[in-house]
Amino acid sequence: MPEVLQYDVVIIGGGPAGLSAAIYTARARLNTLLIERGMVGGQIVNAELVENYPGYAGISGMELTQKMHEQATGFGLKTVTGEVTGISTEGERKTVNTGNGSFAAHAIIIASGSERSKLGVPGEEKYTGKGVSYCATCDAAFFRDKPVAVVGGGNSALTEALHLTHYASKVTLIHRRNQLRATAIMQERIRSNPKMALRLDTVVDAIEGNEFVSELKLRDVNTKKNCTLEVAGVFVSVGFRPNTSFLKSIVPLDQAGAVIVDENLQTKIPGIYAAGDVRSRSVWQVITAAGDGACAGIHVERALGGYG
Amino acid sequence: MGKTVVVDEKSFEEVVLKAKTPVLVDFWATWCGPCRMVAPVVEELSEEYAGKMVFGKVDVDQNPTIAGKYGIMSIPTLLIFKDGKPVTNIVGFRPKDQLKKSLDTALA
Repeated sequence: MPEVLQYDVVIIGGGPAGLSAAIYTARARLNTLLIERGMVGGQIVNAELVENYPGYAGISGMELTQKMHEQATGFGLKTVTGEVTGISTEGERKTVNTGNGSFAAHAIIIASGSERSKLGVPGEEKYTGKGVSYCATCDAAFFRDKPVAVVGGGNSALTEALHLTHYASKVTLIHRRNQLRATAIMQERIRSNPKMALRLDTVVDAIEGNEFVSELKLRDVNTKKNCTLEVAGVFVSVGFRPNTSFLKSIVPLDQAGAVIVDENLQTKIPGIYAAGDVRSRSVWQVITAAGDGACAGIHVERALGGYG
Repeated sequence: MGKTVVVDEKSFEEVVLKAKTPVLVDFWATWCGPCRMVAPVVEELSEEYAGKMVFGKVDVDQNPTIAGKYGIMSIPTLLIFKDGKPVTNIVGFRPKDQLKKSLDTALA
């Protein structure tokens, strides 16, 4: 058996929730380990500009989360790379298992975040990487002077659409309702951008093409009329699904697959907490994820008072 | 230390197409967040599969011809080449265990 390293707190996921939790537990002098499967920062590293995190009028998601990580590391946080495969509990002792070894802890904070939901229409999977994308910052440059569509009506969708206007010849925003969900300032920017077109009350029935995407089959939800929109790319931004596949049968999840927590962000299992996008009723913001991390960190600190 | 080789338009043929072993090529760019998630995993794999496979990375921003030739429209994309031809296409971040399965299939 390989040696199992013992920590006071193990945090799963290095986005704003996990990093904020780490700042609190590390400052509480709790021996804290953060496990991240890829690169620290979480989904927000894809955001070119974050404008709603207090204290920064505008900062990239990458820079913001790097600062958080430096801050937590400065207080003693240790970080390892690994994909968590499961959590085992034996009385007070909890163990987080990864492909790179196991780590025991008195408390675990699940902050594994979320990922983009799929649209769930024919052609989506076939053309992923061939015109279907879930990341405008990554892929906008491949669509220079070409028409593209963005599906969704929330802040993420509008942010992606605005980013795309710097590259694409035309950006059509397709949303299934008659109103956008995004905040007013984002709507103003979209409506005043000459490259933008809006298609409300419209759903995508299929994504079609040959080798690459060439058109979308659209349907007006009121008139039921079908039409075709020629595009070289379609960016899907229709919400998030929590990253909880490794948690099945460990902690109770809600219908959307998010971790159910109490008001202290503790799950049904004492000593296991959840923070940020991964928890039930999240509003998927950096600031709320950070708030969750702080909240979970404080409750861990209180619960582990005897150990710390 | 990882053994990933930086490949550009000049060296692509020699390093990737004429390789005696399968080659994994990581198509990436500086502006791409998920690419930075994939890179450390590819580095680890390049150590574990040293000698069995070659690991290369292509910056699509500086090498648009290669990206265009293989129809790359989303990054990160990992292409596994065998005998000069792409045999496996992996778009987006994947856990290491899943990537290992793809590598093992290519080596089989």
